[in-house]
Amino acid sequence: MYTQGLDAKTEQSAQPSPRLVTEQDAALQGRFQERVDAEEKIEPRDWMPEGYRRTLVRQISQHAHSEIVGMLPEGNWVTRAPTLRRKVALLAKVQDEGGHGLYLYSAAETLGVSRDELVGQLLSGKAKYSSIFNYPTPTWADIGAIGWLVDGAAIMNQVPLCRCSYGPYARAMVRICREESFHQRQGYELMLALAQGTADQKRMAQDALNRWWWPSLMMFGPSDDQSAHSAQNMAWKIKRFSNDELRQRFVDATVPQAEFLGLTIPDPELRFNAETGRYEFGAIDWTEFNEILKGNGPCNRERIEARRKAWDDGAWVREAAVAHAAKRKQRALKKAG
Amino acid sequence: MSTDLLKEALFATALRLGDTSLVLGHRLSEWCGHAPELEEDIALTNVALDLVGHARMLLTYAGELEGKGRDEDCLAYRRDVFDYRNHLLVEQPNRDFGHTIVRQFLHDAWAVELYERLCASKDETLAGIAAKAVKEVRYHVRHSGDWLVRLGDGTDVSHAKVADALGRLWPYTGEMFERDEAEQALVAAGIVPDPAELKAAWTARVEAVLEEATLDRPADGWMQKGGRRGEHSEHLGYLLAEMQFLPRAYPDATW
Repeated sequence: MYTQGLDAKTEQSAQPSPRLVTEQDAALQGRFQERVDAEEKIEPRDWMPEGYRRTLVRQISQHAHSEIVGMLPEGNWVTRAPTLRRKVALLAKVQDEGGHGLYLYSAAETLGVSRDELVGQLLSGKAKYSSIFNYPTPTWADIGAIGWLVDGAAIMNQVPLCRCSYGPYARAMVRICREESFHQRQGYELMLALAQGTADQKRMAQDALNRWWWPSLMMFGPSDDQSAHSAQNMAWKIKRFSNDELRQRFVDATVPQAEFLGLTIPDPELRFNAETGRYEFGAIDWTEFNEILKGNGPCNRERIEARRKAWDDGAWVREAAVAHAAKRKQRALKKAG
Repeated sequence: MSTDLLKEALFATALRLGDTSLVLGHRLSEWCGHAPELEEDIALTNVALDLVGHARMLLTYAGELEGKGRDEDCLAYRRDVFDYRNHLLVEQPNRDFGHTIVRQFLHDAWAVELYERLCASKDETLAGIAAKAVKEVRYHVRHSGDWLVRLGDGTDVSHAKVADALGRLWPYTGEMFERDEAEQALVAAGIVPDPAELKAAWTARVEAVLEEATLDRPADGWMQKGGRRGEHSEHLGYLLAEMQFLPRAYPDATW
């Protein structure tokens, strides 16, 4: 899973706050940029510009939140998976997403923020997560479509992040990408079973593609000319390719896959350009994207409510664990003394 | 006892164990994404995965023993409540995390003692399944036992919640040690362990954890029974309605 809209203009700016740049700062900045340019990894204890740190905290935590919120639409089908093999595969996938959330929160913690603080920002609605998870999963085919398209788009975005200049993030992404490609293949295989199945199953598969296609394209974020932080993030090597380039690669990879399934991409303007060797596609409805970012998606409220409920209902459990740990410590001290 | 009767008894045993794992795995999977902390989301899902994995092996074996061409999915998705053979304990709803943990621990303490012994079963397939499952249930019982201690010994609130759950669930534990005549034959043949011995081991394990959790062991009063014969609570029907929806709605489809 992945977080999009990271550099939408609605986001808080990641530029460093205006401050006096001393000579020493300038030297540090210069040395930092040299290291980044030389493809050296930046590690938690290394000096880094404040803007770089803030951008990473925001990006990594949004990515972590997306993994956690992303467990909900798929978890919605765990109890209704149609075979035991599918049930096990889906459980394992959702569990992987929880694991990704954990590594990513840990990677963010190396930048001096706590997981509780970040989770607090998610629950209060201050932090963003990928808008794609604000769409519902009404049918089983949605599980296939999410694996195939949403994880497919995520991989396109995330593979370059394995070379991100920040070491802990890059290393977390290597493992995450390996698992995501497995999920993507699993999702495609699920779609294939539907596409080759009964007329009802095929209809279910086409319906899911119709609903997930455009939101998947939106996952790459606004067009390059609308993107707020691209240039700086490229210079910092947090970002390697532009939103539009990644989106185009996704379309080029996915259209033949849909053809193999015998499904139709819901875009009448889609056509192959023999000269460029790439697919041309219709205009994205950014109004819908912006409305969902503002909280008006079909499931925005439900997703956050579900996270809050899990957190609030679990408060007594977390308190009990802390109280028990304190009692144990006290008993051990008493025994030692 | 004839080979055919032994086979029939073994089929019933595989089905009971398989259904119990499946229904409990399903209950745990209902927590997916809603646990008190991220680590528990992962842990509960992991236990659910193991249990559904055990169910697959056991139901596949049950289908083979029966010899009527039913596979794991046919058994899981095409039987109604009165053909399910799981313990009543595991179909009880999750309620809160404390209730889920008490249910899990009472089951895990039984499962670990059972599978440890089944590893030495004279039935090779059952012994093979047990050898794989036992590694996982050893972890399960540690996980649920540790949580029971944390909650029992934690705060007044957590103590009261798990004490209440323990009282509510205790009457469902008797069923785990029931044996009918056919199973007695399996015991005699060295295929399944002796229930009296199993109960003693379970009791020792449970009492040790309850003591550490500062919880009183409920008295053994009237025990709820029937799951093993297909007489279930009202909860199981809803669980199956949800689980079986797709294969029931699209009977000709393969997934």
